[in-house]
Amino acid sequence: MIQVRNLSKRFNDLTAVNDISFSVPAGEIFAFLGPNGAGKSTTIKILTTLLRPTAGEVLVNDHNVALKPDEVRRSFGIVFQDPSLDSELTAWENMEIHGVLYDLPKKQRRERIEQLLRLVELWDRKDSVVMTFSGGMRRRLEIARGLLHHPRVLFLDEPTLGLDPQTRNQMWNYLRELNRNEGTTVFFSTHYMDEAERIADRIAIIDHGRIVALGTAAELKQQTNGATLEEAFLALTGSTIREETAGAADHMRAFVRSQMRR
Amino acid sequence: MHKIYILWLRQIKRYLRSRSRIVGALAQPMLYLMALGYGFGAVFQQAGQGSYLTFLTPGVIGMTIIFTSMFSGMEVIWDRQFGFLKETLVAPMPRFNVMLGRTLGGATVATIQALIVLVASLFFGFRPTSWPLLLAAIPCMFLVALLFTALGTAVASGLSDMQGFQLIMNFLVMPLFFFSGAIYPLEGLPRALSLVVSINPLTYGVDAFRGLLINSSHYGLATDIAVLCVATFAFLYMGSRMFERIEA
Ligand SMILES: Nc1ncnc2c1ncn2[C@@H]1O[C@H](COP(=O)(O)OP(=O)(O)OP(=O)(O)O)[C@@H](O)[C@H]1O
Ligand SMILES: [Mg+2]
Repeated sequence: MIQVRNLSKRFNDLTAVNDISFSVPAGEIFAFLGPNGAGKSTTIKILTTLLRPTAGEVLVNDHNVALKPDEVRRSFGIVFQDPSLDSELTAWENMEIHGVLYDLPKKQRRERIEQLLRLVELWDRKDSVVMTFSGGMRRRLEIARGLLHHPRVLFLDEPTLGLDPQTRNQMWNYLRELNRNEGTTVFFSTHYMDEAERIADRIAIIDHGRIVALGTAAELKQQTNGATLEEAFLALTGSTIREETAGAADHMRAFVRSQMRR
Repeated sequence: MHKIYILWLRQIKRYLRSRSRIVGALAQPMLYLMALGYGFGAVFQQAGQGSYLTFLTPGVIGMTIIFTSMFSGMEVIWDRQFGFLKETLVAPMPRFNVMLGRTLGGATVATIQALIVLVASLFFGFRPTSWPLLLAAIPCMFLVALLFTALGTAVASGLSDMQGFQLIMNFLVMPLFFFSGAIYPLEGLPRALSLVVSINPLTYGVDAFRGLLINSSHYGLATDIAVLCVATFAFLYMGSRMFERIEA
Protein backbone atom coordinates (compact mmCIF):
# COMPACT_ATOMS: atom_id res chain seq x y z
CA MET A 1 0.00 0.00 0.00
CA ILE A 2 2.89 2.34 0.81
CA GLN A 3 6.33 2.03 -0.76
CA VAL A 4 9.11 4.44 0.11
CA ARG A 5 12.46 4.15 -1.64
CA ASN A 6 15.48 6.28 -0.71
CA LEU A 7 13.35 9.23 0.30
CA SER A 8 15.10 12.45 1.35
CA LYS A 9 13.75 15.87 2.18
CA ARG A 10 15.91 18.93 2.69
CA PHE A 11 14.80 22.36 3.90
CA ASN A 12 17.59 24.69 2.83
CA ASP A 13 20.56 23.21 4.69
CA LEU A 14 18.59 21.05 7.06
CA THR A 15 18.07 17.43 6.11
CA ALA A 16 14.80 16.47 7.76
CA VAL A 17 14.48 13.06 6.13
CA ASN A 18 17.65 11.26 5.13
CA ASP A 19 17.45 8.44 2.60
CA ILE A 20 14.77 6.27 4.17
CA SER A 21 13.16 3.19 2.65
CA PHE A 22 10.31 1.07 3.95
CA SER A 23 7.01 -0.34 2.85
CA VAL A 24 3.67 -0.96 4.46
CA PRO A 25 1.45 -3.72 3.07
CA ALA A 26 -2.29 -3.20 2.71
CA GLY A 27 -4.26 -3.86 5.89
CA GLU A 28 -1.34 -3.28 8.26
CA ILE A 29 -1.28 -0.96 11.25
CA PHE A 30 2.08 0.76 11.18
CA ALA A 31 3.55 3.06 13.83
CA PHE A 32 6.19 5.74 13.53
CA LEU A 33 8.14 6.44 16.71
CA GLY A 34 10.87 9.02 17.07
CA PRO A 35 12.09 11.94 19.18
CA ASN A 36 10.94 15.49 18.43
CA GLY A 37 12.25 16.72 15.13
CA ALA A 38 13.08 13.22 13.92
CA GLY A 39 11.24 13.72 10.64
CA LYS A 40 7.94 11.94 11.31
CA SER A 41 5.65 14.76 10.26
CA THR A 42 7.82 15.61 7.28
CA THR A 43 7.58 12.03 6.03
CA ILE A 44 3.81 11.98 6.54
CA LYS A 45 3.47 15.27 4.69
CA ILE A 46 5.36 13.84 1.74
CA LEU A 47 3.22 10.69 1.77
CA THR A 48 0.12 12.89 1.72
CA THR A 49 1.29 15.19 -1.12
CA LEU A 50 1.68 18.29 1.08
CA LEU A 51 5.43 18.43 0.56
CA ARG A 52 7.42 17.40 -2.49
CA PRO A 53 10.31 14.97 -1.92
CA THR A 54 13.84 16.24 -2.57
CA ALA A 55 14.92 12.79 -3.71
CA GLY A 56 13.57 9.27 -3.82
CA GLU A 57 10.38 7.59 -4.87
CA VAL A 58 7.16 7.31 -2.89
CA LEU A 59 4.15 5.24 -3.91
CA VAL A 60 0.82 5.35 -2.10
CA ASN A 61 -1.83 2.96 -3.38
CA ASP A 62 0.50 2.30 -6.34
CA HIS A 63 0.62 5.95 -7.41
CA ASN A 64 3.68 8.15 -7.27
CA VAL A 65 3.00 11.07 -4.91
CA ALA A 66 5.09 13.49 -6.94
CA LEU A 67 3.70 12.55 -10.36
CA LYS A 68 0.09 11.57 -9.65
CA PRO A 69 -0.95 13.59 -6.60
CA ASP A 70 -4.65 13.58 -7.56
CA GLU A 71 -4.79 9.78 -7.65
CA VAL A 72 -2.93 9.56 -4.36
CA ARG A 73 -5.32 12.04 -2.74
CA ARG A 74 -8.25 9.83 -3.62
CA SER A 75 -6.83 6.98 -1.54
CA PHE A 76 -6.01 8.41 1.86
CA GLY A 77 -7.39 10.28 4.84
CA ILE A 78 -5.33 12.22 7.34
CA VAL A 79 -5.43 13.65 10.83
CA PHE A 80 -2.76 16.33 11.00
CA GLN A 81 -0.53 17.08 13.96
CA ASP A 82 -1.24 20.82 13.62
CA PRO A 83 -4.72 22.36 13.68
CA SER A 84 -6.57 22.30 10.36
CA LEU A 85 -10.15 23.25 11.23
CA ASP A 86 -11.96 26.36 10.08
CA SER A 87 -12.48 28.02 13.44
CA GLU A 88 -15.11 30.43 12.11
CA LEU A 89 -17.40 27.57 11.15
CA THR A 90 -19.33 25.22 13.44
CA ALA A 91 -18.32 21.66 14.23
CA TRP A 92 -21.09 20.40 12.00
CA GLU A 93 -20.09 22.64 9.11
CA ASN A 94 -16.49 21.47 9.32
CA MET A 95 -17.70 17.87 9.12
CA GLU A 96 -20.11 18.66 6.29
CA ILE A 97 -17.43 20.29 4.14
CA HIS A 98 -15.18 17.29 4.62
CA GLY A 99 -17.99 14.89 3.74
CA VAL A 100 -18.73 16.77 0.53
CA LEU A 101 -15.08 17.04 -0.46
CA TYR A 102 -14.74 13.28 -0.02
CA ASP A 103 -17.83 12.41 -2.06
CA LEU A 104 -19.96 10.93 0.71
CA PRO A 105 -23.60 10.74 -0.41
CA LYS A 106 -25.90 12.94 1.64
CA LYS A 107 -27.64 10.24 3.66
CA GLN A 108 -24.45 8.44 4.62
CA ARG A 109 -22.79 11.78 5.32
CA ARG A 110 -25.48 12.84 7.80
CA GLU A 111 -25.48 9.45 9.51
CA ARG A 112 -21.73 9.27 9.93
CA ILE A 113 -21.41 12.87 11.05
CA GLU A 114 -23.88 12.17 13.84
CA GLN A 115 -22.26 8.85 14.73
CA LEU A 116 -18.77 10.35 14.92
CA LEU A 117 -19.73 13.54 16.71
CA ARG A 118 -21.43 11.35 19.31
CA LEU A 119 -18.34 9.13 19.47
CA VAL A 120 -16.14 12.10 20.39
CA GLU A 121 -18.92 13.60 22.51
CA LEU A 122 -19.37 16.77 20.54
CA TRP A 123 -22.90 16.15 19.29
CA ASP A 124 -24.34 18.64 21.82
CA ARG A 125 -21.92 21.24 20.54
CA LYS A 126 -22.37 20.57 16.85
CA ASP A 127 -23.73 24.05 16.16
CA SER A 128 -21.07 25.90 18.11
CA VAL A 129 -18.36 27.74 16.25
CA VAL A 130 -15.02 25.96 16.63
CA MET A 131 -13.45 29.15 17.98
CA THR A 132 -15.37 28.53 21.22
CA PHE A 133 -13.91 25.02 21.70
CA SER A 134 -11.17 23.99 24.12
CA GLY A 135 -7.94 22.54 22.72
CA GLY A 136 -9.02 18.99 23.48
CA MET A 137 -12.43 19.49 21.90
CA ARG A 138 -10.80 20.77 18.72
CA ARG A 139 -8.53 17.75 18.69
CA ARG A 140 -11.54 15.48 19.05
CA LEU A 141 -13.25 17.20 16.15
CA GLU A 142 -10.13 16.80 13.99
CA ILE A 143 -10.20 13.08 14.72
CA ALA A 144 -13.91 12.73 14.03
CA ARG A 145 -13.43 14.53 10.74
CA GLY A 146 -10.49 12.31 9.81
CA LEU A 147 -12.62 9.21 10.35
CA LEU A 148 -15.58 10.50 8.36
CA HIS A 149 -14.74 8.99 5.01
CA HIS A 150 -13.32 5.50 4.95
CA PRO A 151 -10.16 5.65 2.83
CA ARG A 152 -7.79 2.87 1.83
CA VAL A 153 -5.01 4.36 3.99
CA LEU A 154 -5.46 6.53 7.04
CA PHE A 155 -2.57 8.69 8.24
CA LEU A 156 -2.67 9.97 11.80
CA ASP A 157 0.11 12.30 12.96
CA GLU A 158 0.20 12.13 16.77
CA PRO A 159 -3.58 11.78 16.87
CA THR A 160 -3.81 11.25 20.61
CA LEU A 161 -1.76 14.30 21.58
CA GLY A 162 -3.74 16.19 24.22
CA LEU A 163 -6.65 13.74 24.27
CA ASP A 164 -8.22 12.33 27.42
CA PRO A 165 -7.95 8.53 27.92
CA GLN A 166 -11.66 8.00 27.18
CA THR A 167 -11.48 9.57 23.73
CA ARG A 168 -8.18 7.86 23.08
CA ASN A 169 -9.75 4.46 23.70
CA GLN A 170 -12.82 5.26 21.63
CA MET A 171 -10.61 6.32 18.77
CA TRP A 172 -8.41 3.22 18.80
CA ASN A 173 -11.42 0.94 19.03
CA TYR A 174 -13.00 2.64 16.07
CA LEU A 175 -9.76 2.41 14.09
CA ARG A 176 -9.23 -1.25 14.88
CA GLU A 177 -12.74 -2.01 13.76
CA LEU A 178 -12.19 -0.07 10.55
CA ASN A 179 -8.97 -1.97 10.01
CA ARG A 180 -10.67 -5.31 10.63
CA ASN A 181 -13.88 -4.70 8.67
CA GLU A 182 -12.64 -2.69 5.73
CA GLY A 183 -8.98 -3.64 5.65
CA THR A 184 -7.97 0.00 6.09
CA THR A 185 -4.23 0.50 6.31
CA VAL A 186 -3.38 2.68 9.30
CA PHE A 187 -0.17 4.69 9.52
CA PHE A 188 0.28 6.68 12.71
CA SER A 189 2.97 8.50 14.65
CA THR A 190 3.04 8.78 18.41
CA HIS A 191 5.20 9.43 21.44
CA TYR A 192 3.29 6.91 23.57
CA MET A 193 5.17 3.60 23.64
CA ASP A 194 2.24 1.64 25.04
CA GLU A 195 0.04 2.85 22.20
CA ALA A 196 2.51 1.72 19.57
CA GLU A 197 3.02 -1.62 21.25
CA ARG A 198 -0.67 -2.29 21.82
CA ILE A 199 -2.03 -1.14 18.45
CA ALA A 200 0.63 -1.48 15.77
CA ASP A 201 1.59 -4.60 13.83
CA ARG A 202 4.98 -3.12 13.07
CA ILE A 203 6.90 -0.13 14.38
CA ALA A 204 9.55 2.01 12.70
CA ILE A 205 11.87 4.04 14.89
CA ILE A 206 13.14 7.16 13.19
CA ASP A 207 15.85 9.46 14.47
CA HIS A 208 17.64 12.37 12.80
CA GLY A 209 15.76 11.64 9.60
CA ARG A 210 16.87 8.00 9.40
CA ILE A 211 15.04 4.79 10.22
CA VAL A 212 17.16 3.18 12.93
CA ALA A 213 15.00 0.10 13.48
CA LEU A 214 11.90 -1.51 12.03
CA GLY A 215 9.94 -4.54 13.20
CA THR A 216 7.31 -5.80 15.62
CA ALA A 217 7.50 -4.63 19.21
CA ALA A 218 8.87 -8.02 20.20
CA GLU A 219 11.58 -7.86 17.54
CA LEU A 220 12.65 -4.38 18.60
CA LYS A 221 12.92 -5.45 22.23
CA GLN A 222 14.89 -8.54 21.27
CA GLN A 223 17.22 -6.55 19.04
CA THR A 224 18.20 -4.26 21.92
CA ASN A 225 17.80 -6.68 24.82
CA GLY A 226 15.30 -4.23 26.30
CA ALA A 227 12.61 -5.42 28.66
CA THR A 228 10.13 -2.80 27.45
CA LEU A 229 9.60 -0.94 24.21
CA GLU A 230 10.64 2.24 25.99
CA GLU A 231 13.99 0.71 26.86
CA ALA A 232 14.42 -0.39 23.28
CA PHE A 233 13.49 3.09 22.08
CA LEU A 234 15.99 4.79 24.37
CA ALA A 235 18.70 2.29 23.45
CA LEU A 236 18.15 3.07 19.77
CA THR A 237 17.81 6.83 19.96
CA GLY A 238 19.96 7.73 22.98
CA SER A 239 18.64 9.69 25.90
CA THR A 240 19.54 13.26 25.02
CA ILE A 241 16.61 15.63 24.88
CA ARG A 242 15.69 16.94 21.44
CA GLU A 243 14.44 20.31 20.38
CA GLU A 244 10.86 20.83 21.36
CA THR A 245 7.88 20.20 19.12
CA ALA A 246 8.31 21.15 15.51
CA GLY A 247 6.32 24.32 15.80
CA ALA A 248 6.97 27.83 14.58
CA ALA A 249 9.93 28.17 16.93
CA ASP A 250 11.62 25.21 15.31
CA HIS A 251 11.11 26.50 11.84
CA MET A 252 12.51 29.82 12.96
CA ARG A 253 15.55 28.12 14.42
CA ALA A 254 16.09 26.08 11.29
CA PHE A 255 15.75 29.24 9.26
CA VAL A 256 18.20 31.21 11.36
CA ARG A 257 20.62 28.31 11.21
CA SER A 258 20.39 28.16 7.45
CA GLN A 259 20.89 31.91 7.15
CA MET A 260 23.93 31.90 9.43
CA ARG A 261 25.66 29.29 7.33
CA ARG A 262 25.57 31.49 4.26
CA MET B 1 -19.47 20.82 -8.87
CA HIS B 2 -20.84 20.25 -5.39
CA LYS B 3 -17.29 20.50 -4.05
CA ILE B 4 -16.72 23.87 -5.68
CA TYR B 5 -20.07 24.99 -4.32
CA ILE B 6 -19.28 23.99 -0.73
CA LEU B 7 -15.98 25.92 -0.86
CA TRP B 8 -17.85 28.91 -2.31
CA LEU B 9 -20.41 28.62 0.48
CA ARG B 10 -17.67 28.58 3.10
CA GLN B 11 -16.40 31.97 1.91
CA ILE B 12 -19.93 33.39 1.99
CA LYS B 13 -20.59 32.08 5.50
CA ARG B 14 -17.35 33.49 6.81
CA TYR B 15 -18.22 36.84 5.28
CA LEU B 16 -21.73 36.96 6.71
CA ARG B 17 -20.42 36.05 10.16
CA SER B 18 -17.82 38.77 10.44
CA ARG B 19 -19.83 41.95 10.86
CA SER B 20 -16.74 43.94 11.68
CA ARG B 21 -15.25 43.04 8.34
CA ILE B 22 -18.37 44.13 6.47
CA VAL B 23 -18.47 47.47 8.24
CA GLY B 24 -14.71 47.96 7.99
CA ALA B 25 -14.70 47.33 4.26
CA LEU B 26 -17.54 49.80 3.73
CA ALA B 27 -16.11 52.63 5.80
CA GLN B 28 -13.36 53.52 3.33
CA PRO B 29 -15.57 53.85 0.20
CA MET B 30 -18.12 55.89 2.17
CA LEU B 31 -15.36 58.22 3.29
CA TYR B 32 -14.18 58.69 -0.29
CA LEU B 33 -17.71 59.39 -1.50
CA MET B 34 -18.34 61.97 1.19
CA ALA B 35 -14.97 63.68 1.52
CA LEU B 36 -13.87 63.63 -2.12
CA GLY B 37 -17.31 63.52 -3.72
CA TYR B 38 -18.49 66.65 -1.98
CA GLY B 39 -15.04 68.18 -1.42
CA PHE B 40 -13.96 68.34 -5.07
CA GLY B 41 -17.52 68.91 -6.33
CA ALA B 42 -17.16 72.66 -6.83
CA VAL B 43 -13.75 72.58 -8.58
CA PHE B 44 -14.85 69.77 -10.87
CA GLN B 45 -18.01 71.65 -11.79
CA GLN B 46 -16.06 74.84 -12.54
CA ALA B 47 -13.77 72.87 -14.83
CA GLY B 48 -16.86 72.06 -16.84
CA GLN B 49 -16.86 68.34 -16.03
CA GLY B 50 -20.30 68.10 -14.41
CA SER B 51 -20.99 66.43 -11.07
CA TYR B 52 -17.91 64.95 -9.38
CA LEU B 53 -20.04 62.67 -7.22
CA THR B 54 -21.55 61.15 -10.35
CA PHE B 55 -18.09 60.74 -11.85
CA LEU B 56 -16.59 59.38 -8.65
CA THR B 57 -19.21 56.76 -7.78
CA PRO B 58 -18.13 54.17 -10.41
CA GLY B 59 -14.54 54.74 -9.28
CA VAL B 60 -15.43 54.12 -5.65
CA ILE B 61 -17.24 50.95 -6.69
CA GLY B 62 -14.03 49.89 -8.42
CA MET B 63 -12.14 50.70 -5.24
CA THR B 64 -14.50 48.62 -3.11
CA ILE B 65 -14.05 45.70 -5.48
CA ILE B 66 -10.27 45.81 -5.70
CA PHE B 67 -9.78 46.08 -1.94
CA THR B 68 -12.35 43.44 -1.02
CA SER B 69 -11.28 40.98 -3.73
CA MET B 70 -7.58 41.28 -3.11
CA PHE B 71 -8.27 40.80 0.58
CA SER B 72 -10.48 37.76 -0.11
CA GLY B 73 -7.91 36.24 -2.43
CA MET B 74 -5.23 36.77 0.14
CA GLU B 75 -7.21 34.88 2.75
CA VAL B 76 -5.06 31.98 1.55
CA ILE B 77 -2.45 33.38 3.94
CA TRP B 78 -4.86 33.21 6.87
CA ASP B 79 -5.99 29.72 5.96
CA ARG B 80 -2.40 28.63 5.82
CA GLN B 81 -1.64 30.21 9.19
CA PHE B 82 -4.70 28.70 10.88
CA GLY B 83 -4.25 25.39 9.11
CA PHE B 84 -7.49 24.93 7.20
CA LEU B 85 -5.64 25.24 3.91
CA LYS B 86 -4.12 21.77 4.46
CA GLU B 87 -7.59 20.25 4.62
CA THR B 88 -8.37 21.55 1.13
CA LEU B 89 -4.91 20.84 -0.28
CA VAL B 90 -5.16 17.10 0.35
CA ALA B 91 -8.80 16.81 -0.73
CA PRO B 92 -9.49 14.44 -3.63
CA MET B 93 -10.21 17.12 -6.20
CA PRO B 94 -8.03 19.03 -8.64
CA ARG B 95 -6.34 21.96 -6.92
CA PHE B 96 -7.65 24.12 -9.72
CA ASN B 97 -11.18 23.46 -8.48
CA VAL B 98 -10.19 24.26 -4.92
CA MET B 99 -8.81 27.55 -6.15
CA LEU B 100 -11.90 28.16 -8.27
CA GLY B 101 -14.28 27.59 -5.34
CA ARG B 102 -12.39 30.02 -3.13
CA THR B 103 -12.06 32.57 -5.91
CA LEU B 104 -15.73 32.48 -6.88
CA GLY B 105 -16.60 32.87 -3.18
CA GLY B 106 -14.28 35.84 -2.74
CA ALA B 107 -15.59 37.45 -5.93
CA THR B 108 -19.19 37.04 -4.78
CA VAL B 109 -18.35 38.71 -1.48
CA ALA B 110 -16.67 41.62 -3.27
CA THR B 111 -19.67 42.02 -5.58
CA ILE B 112 -22.06 42.16 -2.62
CA GLN B 113 -19.90 44.83 -0.98
CA ALA B 114 -19.87 46.82 -4.21
CA LEU B 115 -23.66 46.62 -4.46
CA ILE B 116 -24.00 47.93 -0.92
CA VAL B 117 -21.79 50.88 -1.86
CA LEU B 118 -23.82 51.45 -5.01
CA VAL B 119 -27.06 51.58 -3.02
CA ALA B 120 -25.45 53.90 -0.49
CA SER B 121 -24.30 56.21 -3.26
CA LEU B 122 -27.94 56.70 -4.26
CA PHE B 123 -28.49 58.28 -0.86
CA PHE B 124 -25.53 60.58 -1.43
CA GLY B 125 -27.21 61.81 -4.61
CA PHE B 126 -25.81 59.52 -7.29
CA ARG B 127 -28.18 58.84 -10.23
CA PRO B 128 -27.41 56.25 -12.93
CA THR B 129 -28.31 57.15 -16.53
CA SER B 130 -30.46 54.07 -16.96
CA TRP B 131 -31.74 51.44 -14.55
CA PRO B 132 -31.53 48.49 -16.99
CA LEU B 133 -27.88 49.32 -17.65
CA LEU B 134 -27.33 49.41 -13.91
CA LEU B 135 -28.43 45.77 -13.82
CA ALA B 136 -25.96 45.02 -16.62
CA ALA B 137 -23.23 46.56 -14.47
CA ILE B 138 -23.66 43.80 -11.86
CA PRO B 139 -22.13 40.94 -13.92
CA CYS B 140 -19.43 43.38 -14.95
CA MET B 141 -18.66 44.04 -11.27
CA PHE B 142 -18.45 40.30 -10.73
CA LEU B 143 -15.97 40.00 -13.59
CA VAL B 144 -13.70 42.66 -12.09
CA ALA B 145 -14.07 41.01 -8.67
CA LEU B 146 -13.08 37.65 -10.13
CA LEU B 147 -10.05 39.22 -11.77
CA PHE B 148 -8.68 40.68 -8.54
CA THR B 149 -9.60 37.73 -6.32
CA ALA B 150 -7.61 35.54 -8.70
CA LEU B 151 -4.71 37.99 -8.55
CA GLY B 152 -4.91 38.04 -4.74
CA THR B 153 -4.88 34.25 -4.62
CA ALA B 154 -1.94 34.08 -7.01
CA VAL B 155 0.09 36.55 -4.98
CA ALA B 156 -0.82 35.03 -1.61
CA SER B 157 0.01 31.51 -2.77
CA GLY B 158 3.61 32.62 -3.13
CA LEU B 159 3.78 34.21 0.33
CA SER B 160 4.18 32.30 3.54
CA ASP B 161 3.62 34.87 6.25
CA MET B 162 1.37 37.71 7.33
CA GLN B 163 4.07 40.34 6.77
CA GLY B 164 3.76 39.85 3.05
CA PHE B 165 0.16 40.96 3.24
CA GLN B 166 0.91 44.56 4.22
CA LEU B 167 3.60 44.69 1.59
CA ILE B 168 1.17 43.70 -1.14
CA MET B 169 -1.47 46.11 0.11
CA ASN B 170 0.96 49.04 0.05
CA PHE B 171 2.98 48.22 -3.04
CA LEU B 172 0.41 46.58 -5.28
CA VAL B 173 -3.16 47.41 -4.29
CA MET B 174 -2.69 51.10 -3.49
CA PRO B 175 -0.84 51.87 -6.77
CA LEU B 176 -3.38 49.85 -8.75
CA PHE B 177 -6.10 51.97 -7.21
CA PHE B 178 -4.44 55.39 -7.60
CA PHE B 179 -3.20 54.72 -11.15
CA SER B 180 -6.60 53.67 -12.44
CA GLY B 181 -8.69 56.69 -13.23
CA ALA B 182 -10.98 55.78 -10.35
CA ILE B 183 -10.72 59.29 -8.91
CA TYR B 184 -9.69 61.39 -11.94
CA PRO B 185 -10.66 61.50 -15.64
CA LEU B 186 -8.42 59.76 -18.18
CA GLU B 187 -8.52 62.71 -20.58
CA GLY B 188 -5.54 65.05 -20.69
CA LEU B 189 -3.21 63.04 -18.45
CA PRO B 190 0.58 63.42 -18.81
CA ARG B 191 1.94 60.81 -21.25
CA ALA B 192 3.76 58.72 -18.67
CA LEU B 193 0.80 58.56 -16.35
CA SER B 194 -1.50 57.81 -19.22
CA LEU B 195 0.69 54.87 -20.19
CA VAL B 196 0.80 53.46 -16.65
CA VAL B 197 -2.95 53.82 -16.35
CA SER B 198 -3.54 52.01 -19.62
CA ILE B 199 -1.77 48.84 -18.49
CA ASN B 200 -3.75 48.65 -15.26
CA PRO B 201 -6.72 46.27 -15.47
CA LEU B 202 -8.65 48.27 -12.85
CA THR B 203 -8.71 51.19 -15.31
CA TYR B 204 -10.79 49.11 -17.70
CA GLY B 205 -13.04 47.93 -14.88
CA VAL B 206 -13.80 51.47 -13.73
CA ASP B 207 -14.18 52.59 -17.34
CA ALA B 208 -16.73 49.84 -17.97
CA PHE B 209 -18.65 50.88 -14.84
CA ARG B 210 -18.69 54.47 -16.12
CA GLY B 211 -19.93 53.25 -19.49
CA LEU B 212 -22.78 51.33 -17.91
CA LEU B 213 -23.69 53.61 -15.03
CA ILE B 214 -23.14 57.14 -16.37
CA ASN B 215 -22.79 56.49 -20.09
CA SER B 216 -19.30 57.91 -20.39
CA SER B 217 -16.58 55.49 -21.32
CA HIS B 218 -13.06 56.39 -22.42
CA TYR B 219 -12.03 53.19 -24.22
CA GLY B 220 -15.49 51.96 -25.16
CA LEU B 221 -17.37 49.14 -23.48
CA ALA B 222 -16.29 46.46 -25.95
CA THR B 223 -12.59 47.16 -25.37
CA ASP B 224 -13.13 47.28 -21.62
CA ILE B 225 -14.89 43.94 -21.45
CA ALA B 226 -12.38 42.29 -23.79
CA VAL B 227 -9.42 43.47 -21.71
CA LEU B 228 -11.14 42.42 -18.48
CA CYS B 229 -11.90 38.95 -19.81
CA VAL B 230 -8.36 38.37 -21.03
CA ALA B 231 -6.87 39.64 -17.75
CA THR B 232 -9.26 37.51 -15.69
CA PHE B 233 -8.31 34.35 -17.58
CA ALA B 234 -4.64 35.22 -17.30
CA PHE B 235 -4.85 35.75 -13.53
CA LEU B 236 -6.97 32.65 -13.01
CA TYR B 237 -4.37 30.66 -14.89
CA MET B 238 -1.52 32.26 -12.96
CA GLY B 239 -3.39 31.79 -9.68
CA SER B 240 -4.04 28.14 -10.32
CA ARG B 241 -0.40 27.53 -11.23
CA MET B 242 0.74 29.25 -8.03
CA PHE B 243 -1.91 27.49 -5.97
CA GLU B 244 -0.94 24.09 -7.34
CA ARG B 245 2.61 24.63 -6.19
CA ILE B 246 1.76 25.40 -2.56
CA GLU B 247 3.49 23.25 0.03
CA ALA B 248 2.23 23.24 3.58
N1 LIG C 1 8.76 23.85 6.63
C1 LIG C 1 9.94 23.63 7.23
N2 LIG C 1 10.98 24.44 6.99
C2 LIG C 1 12.18 24.20 7.58
N3 LIG C 1 12.43 23.18 8.42
C3 LIG C 1 11.43 22.34 8.69
C4 LIG C 1 10.13 22.50 8.11
N4 LIG C 1 9.33 21.50 8.57
C5 LIG C 1 10.10 20.75 9.38
N5 LIG C 1 11.35 21.23 9.46
C6 LIG C 1 12.46 20.64 10.24
O1 LIG C 1 12.56 19.29 9.89
C7 LIG C 1 12.88 18.50 11.02
C8 LIG C 1 11.88 17.38 11.16
O2 LIG C 1 10.62 17.93 11.54
P1 LIG C 1 9.31 17.06 11.72
O3 LIG C 1 8.18 18.01 11.89
O4 LIG C 1 9.22 16.08 10.62
O5 LIG C 1 9.59 16.31 13.08
P2 LIG C 1 8.67 15.30 13.90
O6 LIG C 1 9.38 13.99 13.90
O7 LIG C 1 7.30 15.33 13.38
O8 LIG C 1 8.75 15.91 15.36
P3 LIG C 1 7.61 16.10 16.48
O9 LIG C 1 7.65 14.88 17.32
O10 LIG C 1 8.14 17.28 17.25
O11 LIG C 1 6.33 16.36 15.80
C9 LIG C 1 12.93 19.45 12.21
O12 LIG C 1 14.27 19.76 12.48
C10 LIG C 1 12.20 20.68 11.72
O13 LIG C 1 12.71 21.84 12.32
MG1 LIG D 1 5.50 15.87 14.07
